[in-house]
Amino acid sequence: MTGIGTSREEQVLERIDRARRRKARVREEHITMAHGAGGKATQTLIEAVFLDAFRNPLLEPLEDGAVFCAGGARLAFTTDSYVVSPLFFPGGDIGDLAVNGTVNDLAVCGARPLYLSAGFVLEEGFPVEDLRRISASMARAAAAAEVSIVTGDTKVVQRGKADGCYVTTAGVGLLEGDTRLGVAHARPGDAVLVSGPVGEHGVTIMLARGELDIEADVTSDTAPLNGLIAALQAAAGEGVRCLRDATRGGVATILNEIARASGVAVVVEEDAVPVRPAVRGACELLGIDPLYVACEGRVVAVVDGDAAGSALAALRSHPLGEGAAVVGRVRDDPPGLVLLKTAFGGTRIVDVLVGDPLPRIC
Amino acid sequence: MRFVDEYRDADKARALSARIASLCEPGRAYKFMEVCGGHTHTIYKHGLEDYLPETITLVHGPGCPVCVIPMGRVDDAIHIAERPDVIMTSFGDMMRVPGGRGSFFDSTAQGSDIRMVYSPLDALKIARREPDRHVVFMAIGFETTAPSTAMTVLRAAAEGVRNFSVFCNHVTIIPAIKAILDSPDLRLDGFVGPGHVSTIIGCRPYEFIARDYGKPLVVAGFEPLDILQSVYMLLLQLAEGRSEVENQYARVVPWAGNVKALRAVNEVMELRPYFEWRGLGFISHSALRMREKYAAYDAERLFDIPGNRVADPKACQCGEVLKGVLKPWECKVFGTACTPETPIGTCMVSSEGACAAYYNFGRFSRQRVREATR
Repeated sequence: MTGIGTSREEQVLERIDRARRRKARVREEHITMAHGAGGKATQTLIEAVFLDAFRNPLLEPLEDGAVFCAGGARLAFTTDSYVVSPLFFPGGDIGDLAVNGTVNDLAVCGARPLYLSAGFVLEEGFPVEDLRRISASMARAAAAAEVSIVTGDTKVVQRGKADGCYVTTAGVGLLEGDTRLGVAHARPGDAVLVSGPVGEHGVTIMLARGELDIEADVTSDTAPLNGLIAALQAAAGEGVRCLRDATRGGVATILNEIARASGVAVVVEEDAVPVRPAVRGACELLGIDPLYVACEGRVVAVVDGDAAGSALAALRSHPLGEGAAVVGRVRDDPPGLVLLKTAFGGTRIVDVLVGDPLPRIC
Repeated sequence: MRFVDEYRDADKARALSARIASLCEPGRAYKFMEVCGGHTHTIYKHGLEDYLPETITLVHGPGCPVCVIPMGRVDDAIHIAERPDVIMTSFGDMMRVPGGRGSFFDSTAQGSDIRMVYSPLDALKIARREPDRHVVFMAIGFETTAPSTAMTVLRAAAEGVRNFSVFCNHVTIIPAIKAILDSPDLRLDGFVGPGHVSTIIGCRPYEFIARDYGKPLVVAGFEPLDILQSVYMLLLQLAEGRSEVENQYARVVPWAGNVKALRAVNEVMELRPYFEWRGLGFISHSALRMREKYAAYDAERLFDIPGNRVADPKACQCGEVLKGVLKPWECKVFGTACTPETPIGTCMVSSEGACAAYYNFGRFSRQRVREATR
């Protein structure tokens, strides 16, 4: 390509960059499944509808939870709804998912999770035995995470108006010390870590739906991360800049949020990202990228480059972080982008998906 | 992972890259078209262009099945799907393709029952499970997917399943390549030939390209080393003054193709006199329809479809991109009005589409990225 061509291409790229910074606008007249997939469509819906209506300084950073002071204490507060299908899957069920998810959202704020609420929307005809199983699983997960479920709500809707059982949990946690974490805190020179193999929950659910005729030995990674995160913070202290649990949209989506909010580039080594062979195989067959597949027990941590060694050692010494790895570095340029050095030796960007990753035709 | 990692070896890539560079004549620019969208996806996903000298340009061809579906056919399919007695089934990447009145996803949001399947056999399975509804399979794709559609129709007929039909949009690759070769505004030095299509049709149908147009073609596999090796083979042909059809993907593609699969397609389908391609316009004998004998399985005969032609949006330059005349970023609306979240043209929809691949994977200044990843 000639020099003139390259500069024209760069002008186009800058024009696109400006277009991407424009205020989010929902163009659709109806909600589509893409609005719930955690990608760009979800982001746009949240910014253009909810943030627009509720705008306040605590909500604006759009973190996993809000952190505020009340009565001299620093508290974290979060909520999440669970609509997983099937309700029971290898490695877990909607119950432990609902407890772990909220525990993890509090833990990545730097808080010690304390109390949870649980709301149930039940469909007429739903087996009571299944509800007992879900509740027992929630109780076990709460005990493991050392939290109590202290309030709740139950609603029943007509047959056909819900998919068996939906669960909503909210949680409150306490921040000790002066921990300040946030997606906007990443700085050039920082290291990016993940606490274990990625994509296991998402692939487990896809296969558990039974539509794919693919069999693989994978189980959901759903787990409470508060213990692991406490160990990480004890080891790396002030060096920890930002923590996120890589749920919907996977590690790729989280890294994009960090790159955008911090105005930095994140450079990831594809070779360094831990992926179990069964997950990789299923993703290869479906033509999807494990970086976009949901985890329910993995934390993405951005830590000061000097603290990377001690952070990695702390993660690996915890049973939930044995497979932890340093997967990338933070750079100053080009800001807002996540770049991947592919295992093949090339480079590409890793963008936020619009909706769910769609299997390719051939 | 076996059978995957061998074809992604960075050391081998470096060695091939050096041999490719040594074959390039100083001062000469090369343009090769990869016909297949699967190749486009691989090129961007693995960052393959980093291994090619700047004098080699890969031009993205028309072989993205989703990208060539005209808007009118999407509207027709949605019209069928809106009937309460119908379950429409479709491959995943068809779901976001915009017609004149929105996409399948928009249609499901308004109450249509459109389900993603991974094979036409899954659609037949739904038909067996729900005998009170009529299941339509939105059949798209080149010769690669046509045999599985044909086999499914044959199975439905053998089992006497009557609540199943196919909305046939299968297209054939050769007329599209011919249309590109005859296009006056494009100069190509050779083709990275479609691998999956060739598993069915074999390598012979490409011989006219080498013979009559004097362009070398190498049928290529879908791993990054396959594509690099194919580029090397093309350059070697040019250096030696040859113009032949060669098969890099011999581990999968038999020279004569898959006779059984072709027989099944020929039993169930016949060539249409003409078919509209998104961006390329009407091309004669370039698509398949169901034969009269299988009328009971032909959604086009069973349902009243509007069959309206919807002109491509004026701003959209998908046609030029599909022909390889424009690089994605050279399109007027690329990345600003036309993005993966609000695609105007189909090239921006499928991850195999040249525009989506460039937007999602390659939208950066290579210079700055080289510095950042050093």
